[in-house]
Amino acid sequence: MNNIPVIISRLSESFLLNCKIFGITLLFSLPLGLVITFGSMSRFRPLRWLVRTFVWVIRGTPLMLQLIVIYFGPGLMNMAFSWPGGTAGRFVAANVAFIINYACYFSEIFRGGIESIPQGQYEAGQVLGMTKKQIFFKVILLQVIKRIVPPVGNEVITLVKDTSLARIIANKEIIMMAGEYSNNGLIWPLFATGIYFLVFVGVLTILLDWLEKKLGYFRV
Amino acid sequence: MPILEVIEIGKSFGTLQVLQDISFSLEKGETLAIIGSSGSGKTTLLRCLNFLERPDRGKIIVNNEVIFDAANPDTQRESEVRKKRLHFGLVFQNFNLFPQYTVLKNVTLALELLARERPNYKQEKKDILNEIQERAKTLLSQVGLSDKLEFYPHMISGGQQQRVAIARALALEPDILCFDEPTSALDPELTGEVLKVIRNLAERHTTMIIVTHEMDFAREVADRVIFMDDGVIVEQGSPEEVFGNPREERTKQFLTRYTKV
Ligand SMILES: Nc1ncnc2c1ncn2[C@@H]1O[C@H](COP(=O)(O)OP(=O)(O)O)[C@@H](O)[C@H]1O
Ligand SMILES: [Mg+2]
Repeated sequence: MNNIPVIISRLSESFLLNCKIFGITLLFSLPLGLVITFGSMSRFRPLRWLVRTFVWVIRGTPLMLQLIVIYFGPGLMNMAFSWPGGTAGRFVAANVAFIINYACYFSEIFRGGIESIPQGQYEAGQVLGMTKKQIFFKVILLQVIKRIVPPVGNEVITLVKDTSLARIIANKEIIMMAGEYSNNGLIWPLFATGIYFLVFVGVLTILLDWLEKKLGYFRV
Repeated sequence: MPILEVIEIGKSFGTLQVLQDISFSLEKGETLAIIGSSGSGKTTLLRCLNFLERPDRGKIIVNNEVIFDAANPDTQRESEVRKKRLHFGLVFQNFNLFPQYTVLKNVTLALELLARERPNYKQEKKDILNEIQERAKTLLSQVGLSDKLEFYPHMISGGQQQRVAIARALALEPDILCFDEPTSALDPELTGEVLKVIRNLAERHTTMIIVTHEMDFAREVADRVIFMDDGVIVEQGSPEEVFGNPREERTKQFLTRYTKV
């Protein structure tokens, strides 16, 4: 049990779970966030308010609570739907909770980015005979991306650390794994988990800086 | 036959009547200057012509075709507005260049997108795109920016940006090119280069409507002048008439105020 290489390999293995949740959440929450953004900016008022209320609820309650509700909710409410049993079910439920939560945060960042683009950019496109679609994709989008890279980067970094909340519904991620050792009196694995997060965030920071530089050729 | 006829245009924002009974016409090749104090509705008028605002009343006729009639919803269909607004070009007060594109691409972008709608686009893509590039380069050399093709908007001065905006508008060959105070956002030492470009266009008989506070310039390049106040056309006529011998009291007052400063 105290064999260092064994502990490290078990920590690494469990960190893979954090990485999977991170990757899956990003992959789905970014596009879903954009869909939510369009909903929250819809000209159809009931839809707009419905979406904004939903975003408010998700952003206004702890992610930990959302994990619990999403995982246990269907069973407690005797719904026809239920999560698959065992590890797979817990893993999928965790991803669903993370995706919904982060999509809402992203949607607000996207909305802020889109609303920050001056009306004149749309109007310039319009008087040049562009369609709405062309204006969005050819004129607005890249400017929005440039503006949102820093705040999205912040969320992405937060997500790295939030993945460890998946242990609340018994996903054996790295902190939970290290916790088993500390419960038995061995404390260093818990500290060691910090290094995994630091390295991951370090790499992300470099990537994000690179992206910001890449978009630095123009000013908005 | 006039190229443009504006007939009794009216526009309100809520209870605020911004344009009232605006009527005028413009011959092909003429330059019309619109003057008037701020808040008199000049920008709103240009925006109506460019379909950025919808007038509540009135008609707009270009080349004998009714392109807008407030009383006839058939003339206001969204699908046709995009095509119709190409009769007009608009140069904005604050340029509104696309920051992520080079000077050259700012001029070619809209042309390239429109070219996609041509039936022969797929087969002749290369030729079409080349032709667009050449056209844009010619226009940019006309406005004196041949050496800035690959620059991004933030790298050039305001005067240069406005000249790009003019080339961008010209690229679509509008029947009527509108300018909304094209030099108001510029430092005084940069207005000259932009005015020179517009003067050149006037000499080539480009049909233009210019909203401006540069009275000397308006007097010099305009074939006709409109003075607006409080949403109505107070006076219109030749530059000699409006500047040299204004009939209306309001015009006189405005001109004394403006020639003093
Ligand atoms: N979108 C708008 N909503 C409400 N009021 C507007 C809007 N656009 C312009 N106005 C008002 O219309 C009047 C005329 O404005 P404008 O056409 O910009 O005048 P000008 O260009 O001659 O300075 C002003 O009183 C202005 O406040
Ligand atoms: Mg104005």
